[in-house]
Amino acid sequence: MSTATREGTIKGRLGDSPPRPDGLAKTQGAFAFAGDLSADGFLWGATLRSPHAHARIRGIDLSAAWKIDGVAAVITAGDVPGKPTYGLISKDQPVFAADVVRYVGEPVAAVAADHPETCRRALAAIVVDYEMLPPLFDPERAIDGSHPPIHPDGNVIRRQRIITGDQSLQGEVIVEGTYELGMQDQAFLGLEAALALPDPGGAGVELFVATQWLHEDRGQIAACLGLAPEEVRLTLGGVGGAFGAREDISLQVHTCLLALRTGRPVRLAYSREESFLGHVHRHPATIWMRHHATAQGSIQRIEARLVLDGGAYASTSSAVLINAVTHVQGPYKCANATVDGYAVRTNNLPCGAMRGFGVVQACFAHEGQMDKLAAACGLDPVEIRLLNAMETGDSLITGQVIENVAPVAECITRVAALPLPDAPVGGRDGDPLDLPGGAGLTADPAHIRRGIGWGVAIKNLMYSEAFDDYATARCTLSNGVASLKFATVEVGQGFVVLAQQIARSVLGVDDVVLEPIDTTIGSAGSTSASRQTWMSGGAVDGACRLVRERLFELVGAQYDIEPVQLAIDGRDVIDTMGTLRVSVSAATAGIELVETFEHHHRPTEELDENGHGNCHTAFAFVAHRAVVDVDPELGLVKVVQVATAQDVGVALNPLSVLGQIEGGIAQGLGLAVMEEIIFTDGRVRNASFTDYLLPTMLDMPTVVAALIEHPDPMAPLGAKGVGEPPTISSTPAIVAAIRDAIGRDLSRVPVRPADICLP
Amino acid sequence: MSVLIPATLAQALSALDDAPSSMVLAGGTDAMVEINGGHRRPDSVIAVGRLAELRTWTHDVISATLRIGAAVTYAELEADQFRRWVPALSQAARTVGSPQIRHAATLGGNVATCSPAGDGLPALSALDAIVHLVSITGQRSVPFAEFMVGPKRTSLRPGELIEAITVPVFAGWQGYAKVGVRNAMVISNAGACLAVDDEGGVRLALGSVGPTIIRCSQAEAFAATVVDHGQRAVSEADAVEFGRVAASEARPIDDHRSTADYRRHAIAVLSRRLLRRAFPNG
Repeated sequence: MSTATREGTIKGRLGDSPPRPDGLAKTQGAFAFAGDLSADGFLWGATLRSPHAHARIRGIDLSAAWKIDGVAAVITAGDVPGKPTYGLISKDQPVFAADVVRYVGEPVAAVAADHPETCRRALAAIVVDYEMLPPLFDPERAIDGSHPPIHPDGNVIRRQRIITGDQSLQGEVIVEGTYELGMQDQAFLGLEAALALPDPGGAGVELFVATQWLHEDRGQIAACLGLAPEEVRLTLGGVGGAFGAREDISLQVHTCLLALRTGRPVRLAYSREESFLGHVHRHPATIWMRHHATAQGSIQRIEARLVLDGGAYASTSSAVLINAVTHVQGPYKCANATVDGYAVRTNNLPCGAMRGFGVVQACFAHEGQMDKLAAACGLDPVEIRLLNAMETGDSLITGQVIENVAPVAECITRVAALPLPDAPVGGRDGDPLDLPGGAGLTADPAHIRRGIGWGVAIKNLMYSEAFDDYATARCTLSNGVASLKFATVEVGQGFVVLAQQIARSVLGVDDVVLEPIDTTIGSAGSTSASRQTWMSGGAVDGACRLVRERLFELVGAQYDIEPVQLAIDGRDVIDTMGTLRVSVSAATAGIELVETFEHHHRPTEELDENGHGNCHTAFAFVAHRAVVDVDPELGLVKVVQVATAQDVGVALNPLSVLGQIEGGIAQGLGLAVMEEIIFTDGRVRNASFTDYLLPTMLDMPTVVAALIEHPDPMAPLGAKGVGEPPTISSTPAIVAAIRDAIGRDLSRVPVRPADICLP
Repeated sequence: MSVLIPATLAQALSALDDAPSSMVLAGGTDAMVEINGGHRRPDSVIAVGRLAELRTWTHDVISATLRIGAAVTYAELEADQFRRWVPALSQAARTVGSPQIRHAATLGGNVATCSPAGDGLPALSALDAIVHLVSITGQRSVPFAEFMVGPKRTSLRPGELIEAITVPVFAGWQGYAKVGVRNAMVISNAGACLAVDDEGGVRLALGSVGPTIIRCSQAEAFAATVVDHGQRAVSEADAVEFGRVAASEARPIDDHRSTADYRRHAIAVLSRRLLRRAFPNG
């Protein structure tokens, strides 16, 4: 019998922050992203896009494109062998526009050729005869019916009301406001890219792609290709960020079609400019809210009207709308509600998933309202929020009872206890780069005013409304090495390291091998909705536990010990009631224990017509406090510090949690003060990183974070998803701090310099 | 597309004489964006960024001038000696792009592109820089104000290269300030350079608020009547008026980056603040 051959305890178990298996390669520039893929003899693909927001296609002449040397394929809607449309919820988006184009950038044709330059020429040689149609850009015209339908499915994608309690209650204190949010881009750094390899004879296709959900992609691709799902095999290409923008189909079907048509590998990759047109964005929104409260500040009733611009195709708009309307009360008790929400279709860019998924919009509105309510009641921002803070057991306005741990008040008080920045305006070293305006050297410390603002949020975890978004994982244990197989997409969030930590903790092994992430195992669901730690974490944990049971049975049979007496201790199986100690590697020498596990969360319901129902799976909470220096004359800002306390359940990998918190705050800061896609008549004016601005290190504040750790009994590992909450209430906190600094109402994000300094 | 990497300036000029429509490439931070974006398809490229003749600078103490080779990078202009000689240009250099961009981007390239938002240009305008042009047939020197004739339009002739830029080394205060919508690595929405020359004149040049860099002759004339050089003083009211006059000389537009109203307002604020930095007393 051998004993443990390694000294010390296993490193990299749950609760540790071990190095990520992809970390060094990514920091050294050696990691292969999807855009780095190639294959022998591959062709380049490219997409022709509509220059018009709304037009009828009278004809397409491909003859000149076909005549160009090196062109291997030119395809349009007529070349789609299967379903002509796709979509995550309703299949309303054409693979290629056939009769009508509905947004600037909609795909009309695609080519494959021997060189990108040949592709460019071929696209330029395609002649499309367009007849202009009146475009619909105003969401209110989609609602009031004054514009003819721009799609057979109509101009309202979904309307959802929530009617709860007393509909005529009037509070002693009433505050109202209208809040607007511009269109934010996910702006991942790794652009859309895919490589398709056709099977001989076109019997199937293999696709390497950067995506968020391999199996959903596969289903949609196969339907459009007219193939069975198993004839389409997907492997994850290296993903450089996603944030929701890879949840929808972009170039997947086009790449496969070109490969099948030419019988050769085809590589398709978007430029940054094309990426702005090629994926869905965060919904621009207009939200009116009226709060009714007692004179002391207790919320009695909310009224709200939400309008989300879904753009030309449905994508996930209906689910985004549900999240917005069901979160509009915020993390606050409220018994009565009159809420009306619309997600509408326009000739703007399609909108869908982005980190926060409808809750970002709702939170910006409800947090603006909370500050107004505080002012009206003579309370400070902390008092009003503590007074109304939701607790476990409270009912949402949908009637759903919060069963999760709900430490709203604790999040707020923990943040309030975090130290404010000790550096004066301009920073401790008096570095002018730390002032608003930064490297532009626009300000001196005397010009600056400092403000403090708060934001608190509730966020649902996992999918909602009766959707069973299960996750699958397989664990193989042999010779003391665990291998894990799952289709869980790694977009940068760190599931690859978390999966290893789970296996080490459950099985007492050091070495955990990760098998390729592809569709040769069941679905893991999407890497979105803050769900993979809970869902795929649960699946990996379940598979490892099944293997551990097999291991105990094996060892128990060998040594005539009841398996229930056995446990893992370090790297060994031990008898808790005896003296046996055998290493896992010895116990699994020459054998292979294999188990697969599917994790399902509890079922949820659809909302009824009055917005009632247990539609969400679980909830997490977060509080943010922002300290912002403002140059009131120039309207420039420097976010100095963001303090946060987040309800994480358990921090399974504290460094990863902190990474999510810091990254989410950066994205929330971006929405607060700089990130917006600017349109003129449906045309993007700033489709580049010159003009679509993301925060730099000089824009990022110091982040002070407290992790609120109360293991959630509903969560497989006690851990809540942590990806979305940081981005949700950081935005309203920063805007509130700007309001505090300048004493002026700001109701729109991103806040532009002119909003601060001009009348 | 042919790409020539000449070893000497003479080779570069000869190649340019043979193919005057060639794209001249220095740091490539503008040119490569245009090429990669499909906006420009040159048949031939002449890469001058490594030419020793363009990579040098000379500080002439007697004439108090600084001659900067066209291929000197913005990263180099950030260095200490440039901060002493031409602080406004050195500050402007720090605001250009990211560190990676500044290591590639050259002053000559910025002058050749001649965008109204070019960060180096307000300083060259305020300093009355001389642009030295060279071709196979000879040399000529053009004041910057005559070199830049419109947005991205210059008086460069076919076959000519920018060899160097000469600026005076003033003893007085100078500085550059620019407004963008983030705190680093951002294109200018409005920029201003103020320099005090050796005759005591206050010079002010504006970027991103007109088709060319704008020298504010009225604001400069007003400043001459209100600043006290001995005390380094100007009243707050006069500084405000200086800003107002400067703003009235700006000719900004509305675009997706900002509005004319904001840009004009920003010029008033920046000009006032720069004047107060130069004359902090009073």
